[in-house]
Amino acid sequence: MTLPNDTAQSPANATSPFLKIKDLVKKFGDTIALDHVSLSLDRGQKMAVIGPSAAGKSVLLKCLAGVYRADSGNVLIDGVNIAKSSDNNQENWADRIGMLFQQNALFDSLPIWQNVCFQLIENGTLGRKQAKDRAVELLGLVGLDADSALLHPSDLSGGMQKRVGIARAIANSPEILLLDNPTAGLDPVLSNHIENMIDTIARKQNTTVITVTNDMEIAQKRYDFLTMMHEGKVYWHGKRDEISAAQNDHLAQMLKGSAQGPISMRTRNRGQHLVA
Amino acid sequence: MSKTQQAPGGVRSKGLADYLNDENVRAVIYQIIAIGLVILAGWYLVSNTLDNLERQNISTGFGFLDLEASFGISESMIDYTPKSTYATALLVGLLNTVKVAFLGIVLCTIIGTIFGIARLSSNWIVRKLAAIYVETFRNIPVLLQLFFWYAIIPGAFPAARNALEPIPDVLMTNRGIYIPVPVADNAYEFMGIAAILALIIIYFVKKWADKRLDATGQPFPIVWASVGIFAGLVLVAYLAGGAPTAMDIPELKGFNIRGGYNISPEFLAVLIGLTVYTSTYVAEVVRSGIEAVPSGQWEAADSLGLKRSVSLRKIILPQSMRVAIPPLTNQYLNLTKNSSLAVAVGYPDLVSVSNTTMNQTGQAIEAISIYMAVYLGLSLITSLFMNWFNNKMALVER
Repeated sequence: MTLPNDTAQSPANATSPFLKIKDLVKKFGDTIALDHVSLSLDRGQKMAVIGPSAAGKSVLLKCLAGVYRADSGNVLIDGVNIAKSSDNNQENWADRIGMLFQQNALFDSLPIWQNVCFQLIENGTLGRKQAKDRAVELLGLVGLDADSALLHPSDLSGGMQKRVGIARAIANSPEILLLDNPTAGLDPVLSNHIENMIDTIARKQNTTVITVTNDMEIAQKRYDFLTMMHEGKVYWHGKRDEISAAQNDHLAQMLKGSAQGPISMRTRNRGQHLVA
Repeated sequence: MSKTQQAPGGVRSKGLADYLNDENVRAVIYQIIAIGLVILAGWYLVSNTLDNLERQNISTGFGFLDLEASFGISESMIDYTPKSTYATALLVGLLNTVKVAFLGIVLCTIIGTIFGIARLSSNWIVRKLAAIYVETFRNIPVLLQLFFWYAIIPGAFPAARNALEPIPDVLMTNRGIYIPVPVADNAYEFMGIAAILALIIIYFVKKWADKRLDATGQPFPIVWASVGIFAGLVLVAYLAGGAPTAMDIPELKGFNIRGGYNISPEFLAVLIGLTVYTSTYVAEVVRSGIEAVPSGQWEAADSLGLKRSVSLRKIILPQSMRVAIPPLTNQYLNLTKNSSLAVAVGYPDLVSVSNTTMNQTGQAIEAISIYMAVYLGLSLITSLFMNWFNNKMALVER
C-alpha cells in the first residue's frame, strides 16, 4: 500500500537519510530511558539493537512506533518530523510503521484475521471481506494456513502467535518494520526460520528493519548495522564489519555474550534500572 | 495398656478400650454425638414454637394465603384491591421488588460503566469528579442514602395544584411523577407477543449473520435489519389490533391528580438510592477490569494508530468483561438483596407486604420463609444467568 502523499513528502535533499533519529530523550519520572539517542538509516537497511536489559531498547522502538511520546528530540522520516506530530497525524504515522511487540500483544478478543487486518478495517482501507482475504494472504506469507484465520489467539502456540504478530506488523506494508525480540523464547530452528521470513519480506518491499534482540549471533550474522545501547545511551553504532575496526575489546566481548555492559558505565546508577 | 497396644498382630481379640482408643472409631462417635446435638436443638426449637403457636391459637401452614388481605397497597403492577387474597398481595410485593431490582441493575450497570471509565480518563477534572462520586456514595450506608433521597424527592417538587409540566401531560409533584399511558387494549397484548417473537427472530438472524461474516467476511446490516424486524412486527400487531389511540392523561381533579401512571416518590427514592450506591461498586469493578487488561494491548492498539475510544470499545472492554463479570454478579445480587431496605421508606416491596401480612395473621414463620425463599430464588436465577453469560464471554483456553 502506498500513501497518497508519498510523493509530496519526498525529501528536498536527496542525500539526507530516510530515517533520522536526532537527540531523542524519553524520561519516566526521574529515570532516563533514552538519553539523547541519535541514529540514521536508509531505506531497506537492517539494524539490530543490542544491549543488556533496561538499556532502553524497547523504549526506543515504542517511541518510533508512536506508543510513547518522546520528551524531546526529532524522528524524521523522509524529512518529516513524526515525533512532533499531533494526535491527528498519528494515523498517518502508523501507516508507515509496523511493530511486533515482545509479548506479541495480540488482541485476545478478536479472531486471527481481524487481529491481522484490524488497522486496515478500522481506518476504512478495506471492507471486511477484502480484509479477510488480505489476512489469509498475509498469514500465508508468515507460514500459517487459511484455517488459522478463524481461530483466536488463545488457540495458537507461542511460535504461531509470533507469526500472527509479524503478519499484523506487515499488514499495512510499512516502510519501517520494528521488531521487539522476534525470536525470544523460540527454539533455534524456528528462530532461524522466522529471521529468514523477515529477510524475505523486508527485501521484497525494501523495508527498513529495526530489531531489538538479545541473540548476539543472529544480530551479527543477519543485520547490516548494529547499535549497542546501555542505560539509555547509544554506546556504539556502526556497520557489522566495522566492529573489528573499532577494536573495542569490550564490545567484542559483549557480542560474544561474555560481558554484560560497558565497564565505564556499569558502576553508575545501578539502582535506576526500572525500564525494560 | 500401652503394652497391649504395642503388641503386634491381631492374635488377641480387641477389648472395648482398644476400640475407644482407635482414631477412626472415635471420629465416628464424635460425629454421632454432634449430629445428635443438632437434632436435639432443632427439635427443641420446633416443638417450642409449635407449642407457643398452639397456645396463641395460631394454626400453622400456608392456608392463610387464600384469605382476604383487607389492606391496601399504594402501588401495584397487577390488579389489586383490599379484597384480594394474601397470595395476590405477596405477588404484588414480589413484582414491586423485581421491578425496582431489575431497573436498578440496568441503570447501575450503565452509570457504573461510565464512572468506571471516567476514573481512568486522562482529563484531570473528569478523573477527580468520578473519584469523588465513587468515594462519596460508596462510603455512606445505603439505608441512609434511601432516607436522603426520600427526604429530598418530595421536597423538590411542588404540590399537585402547582404541578410542574416539563413535557406536555407529564406532571411532576411531591406525590411523584405522573406520565400519560395508553388505555388498555388487546392491541397492546398483540404488540407484546409480536415484540417477543421479533426478538427471537432477530436472535437467529444475528447468529446467521455472524456465521456468514466469519465464513465470507461479508457484513450484514444487522442493526438495521433488527430495527426493521422489530418495528415492522410490532407495527403490524398494532394495526391488526385496531390501532387504538386513546390515552390516559393525568389531570388535576380537586386536590389530587387522577389518571396517568404514577411513579411514586418511594419508588424513585429506592431506585435512585440503590442505583447510585451500587453504581459506585460497578464503577470500581469496571475500572479494575480495564486495569487488568495488559498494557501491551493499549500499546499494540496505539502502534496501529487507533483512536483511544476505538481501542477502548473494541479491544479493551471486551477483554475486561471477562474479569469483571463475576464481581459484577456479586453487585447485582447485592442490589437485589438491598432492595429489601425499601421497607424503610414505605415502598411496598415484598418485605413490606410480608411484614403487613405477618402482623395481621401472625404467620411469621411462613411469611419469613416465603420471602427468604423468594430472595434465594431471585439470587439463584441472577447467578445462573450471569454464569451463563460468563461462560459465553470467557476466553476459551487451550
